[in-house]
Amino acid sequence: MTVTATTRTRAGTITGILALILIAGAMALPAVASRSLIQDLFFILTMLTLAQLWNLLAGYGGMVSVGQQAFVGIGAYAMFAGVILWGIDPVLAIPLGGIAALALAIPTAFFAFRLQGAYFAIGTWVIAEVTRLLIAQWKALGGGTGTSLPREATSDIIGVETIRTIFEVREAAARDILAYWLALALAVLTIAAIYTLLRSRLGLALAAVRDNIEAAKSVGVDARRVRWAVFLVAAVMTGLTGALIYVQTARISPDAAFSVTDWTAYVIFIVVIGGIGRIEGPILGVLVFWGLQTALADYGAWYLLTLGLIAIAVMLFAPRGLWGLISDRTGLQLFPVQRRLTGTATKGGMHD
Amino acid sequence: MLLETRALTANYGQFRALFGVEITLDKGETVAVIGANGAGKSTLLRSISGVLRNARDMVQHRGDGIGAMPAHQVMQRGIAMVPEGRKLFPSLSVEENLLIGGQVRKTHGPWSLTTIYDLFPILREKRNAPGTALSGGQQQMVAIGRALMSNPEVLLCDEISLGLAPVVIRDIYAAMPRIKAEGTAIIVVEQDIGRALSVSDRVYCMMEGRVTLQAKAAEVSRTAIHAAYFGAAA
Amino acid sequence: MNWLDIIVQGVLLGGLYALFATGLSLVFGIMRLVNLAHGDLIVFAAFGILLAVSTLGLNPFLAALLAAPVMFALGWALQRYVLNRVLGKDILPPLLVTFGLSVALQNGLLQAFSADTRRIPAGALEGGSLNLGVVTVGWMPLLTFASAVLVILALNRIFYATALGRAFRATSDDPVTASLMGLDPKGVFAMATGIAMVVVTVAALYLGMRANFDPSIGPARLIYAFEAVIIGGLGSLWGTLAGGIIIGVAQTLGAAINPEWQILAGHLAFLLVLLIRPRGLFPRAVD
Repeated sequence: MTVTATTRTRAGTITGILALILIAGAMALPAVASRSLIQDLFFILTMLTLAQLWNLLAGYGGMVSVGQQAFVGIGAYAMFAGVILWGIDPVLAIPLGGIAALALAIPTAFFAFRLQGAYFAIGTWVIAEVTRLLIAQWKALGGGTGTSLPREATSDIIGVETIRTIFEVREAAARDILAYWLALALAVLTIAAIYTLLRSRLGLALAAVRDNIEAAKSVGVDARRVRWAVFLVAAVMTGLTGALIYVQTARISPDAAFSVTDWTAYVIFIVVIGGIGRIEGPILGVLVFWGLQTALADYGAWYLLTLGLIAIAVMLFAPRGLWGLISDRTGLQLFPVQRRLTGTATKGGMHD
Repeated sequence: MLLETRALTANYGQFRALFGVEITLDKGETVAVIGANGAGKSTLLRSISGVLRNARDMVQHRGDGIGAMPAHQVMQRGIAMVPEGRKLFPSLSVEENLLIGGQVRKTHGPWSLTTIYDLFPILREKRNAPGTALSGGQQQMVAIGRALMSNPEVLLCDEISLGLAPVVIRDIYAAMPRIKAEGTAIIVVEQDIGRALSVSDRVYCMMEGRVTLQAKAAEVSRTAIHAAYFGAAA
Repeated sequence: MNWLDIIVQGVLLGGLYALFATGLSLVFGIMRLVNLAHGDLIVFAAFGILLAVSTLGLNPFLAALLAAPVMFALGWALQRYVLNRVLGKDILPPLLVTFGLSVALQNGLLQAFSADTRRIPAGALEGGSLNLGVVTVGWMPLLTFASAVLVILALNRIFYATALGRAFRATSDDPVTASLMGLDPKGVFAMATGIAMVVVTVAALYLGMRANFDPSIGPARLIYAFEAVIIGGLGSLWGTLAGGIIIGVAQTLGAAINPEWQILAGHLAFLLVLLIRPRGLFPRAVD
């Protein structure tokens, strides 16, 4: 009898092919789509990226951070600093967001990894608040009230001119298309990276660390290194996403860029509603989130009230989220990361 | 019949620990349940006490099915448990540990702080110490006293000699006749066969989740127990 | 700059933070529940008191007395029917549910009362002060601090001298064994959250009388409260008061140097304490 461990499923292979078609289609979409659809998709893709990263941290890594807004904010402000203080092109300044997030993540990790459970959650939140208050002291970037990207910086962003000629659109629409492409690239890169990570040896280590740190240590998994790696990678990617979001927004303030509601609470809701600990979860979650927002857009506070209540209901009645429900009913796995044993089944062997 | 189990099966997740166990307990009777490690003795007590929930009719108390009842309701019917490992509350003093045993079910009966301190005089001296500051034997006395504080009709004792020195076990078992004398029915789960038989009217032997022997404690032979304990082949 | 005055004002401000924190400390200590909606529940209670004051013309203290049993019932029901279902080893589910509650409460209040800032009128107490020679202290801060001390005294009395308190401690130690004593852990937890909501009502009274509030300020109060709880450690409610005072003094000191540094100084003090003592100043002996 031969038994091999595989993560391959038929649905997974089909997903791979469909994903390639979908990405190609999404890249070509600006040719036919309206500007408002492109903006909606930008929103969906950036929230999806943030949600995947939080899912990586909490759902796979067991690190329940309530302070990811720190990295969105610092990433966005680093990009602004690059543009306003050093005259860098906004798009080329986006990597600064990743670097700044990394610089913040290292001391944060040193501090937060000393804390457990709830203390970790609150500790990361306080660090985000401290960062917000410090940034609000930075007068060159508008202090507490914030600032906008200067017109001359946004008017000739690299690549925008080319997009204008290809799609024959106005400059503002061309900027949106560029931002959309970058968001698409970031989302695809993030999902692909997480997928690869989870299928690698490190992914196994991660699952071991989440389930039981002590046990993981005893079988030779270096829990500390795994947690550090995941935390830093998530921070850098979150920082890049933050920078990209504010390239498109072009106006920043500490309260908005470091908002716990926008960049952590909603992100958590997306993950929970979709299904935590699954790559499919945030994808489904962000669609539900966007659908609700569109449907209830005219009802102001009722929308967020409903969102909060839905998150509670999902946690109570379907703790593994909507994708969990679907997956339980159908056994469907689009991103197979569980290892299953395949081979000829032995009769009566392992039964008790 | 005061208490009985009917075709009691119990599972821990996928693992089945009890297969159709049937035992009975009469008013004022003491019954020993003996068996090797993993025979299902503790699972039996956990099922009766409601820590493990089962189908309603699998456990009967005074003609009511209590198998599905949560532990706190079972206890309020007068079935108190001395859990394995004693499980004193570390935040409570010795006296508070005793008091909490009798604070929910308030019935008149022989047991009170005074009578329990008379039963185990050492506890009176240590009444204000934290429960966890006591020796193992003294902690076991608190655990027994705590269960008695509710003046239960049925007392379930789970491995009360586990990890204790023989001389300490003797002291604790010396209290058993006093408890029986007050009319309390007792189920004693034990690995120490001699100890268990010495205080019991009847004995059940369990192996691999099944009852393999039941007999009067005074009449049962060592060979019969040996066979029931280790399997027929032994 | 009068340093003594700054310290005294900081200590008194710490009383307010201790009031924010005490209910949280109770719930977190007994069932390890991280209630991220705690701050919003304080704001919710403040709106409740304001409503009673403005529609019934009641004195704020009387209104709080009226609000307390309502808040107790809400807290009891919230724990019994929602939070008990997600309690467990994993901190994520309760965290998510209370996050949901937080967002729902904020927006519910926003819908009901708009984003305008409000204040509970406190009559003669407002602005009144007591001259102690070296320092002058306001009646309101003094009253807040005294209330915090009273609340902690009362809770400690419940905790260490009543059957209910015994049940709290026993259930917190070991819920399964507590149920063998005839205690229903879910009922015990519901009582604890009910009592915590009574403390929340007291906190809401002073929050509303001392400063302006609006539906959005809950999360900031939650952070101050959590900082006080963590600095104090899970061991004692007096530790929570000490935590509140440390945050309060750090804030007034920070503000004395630069008014924009008030909140920042409080957070930095918290991070500093946590860096030196990750389990707080007075951690629980057995945990």
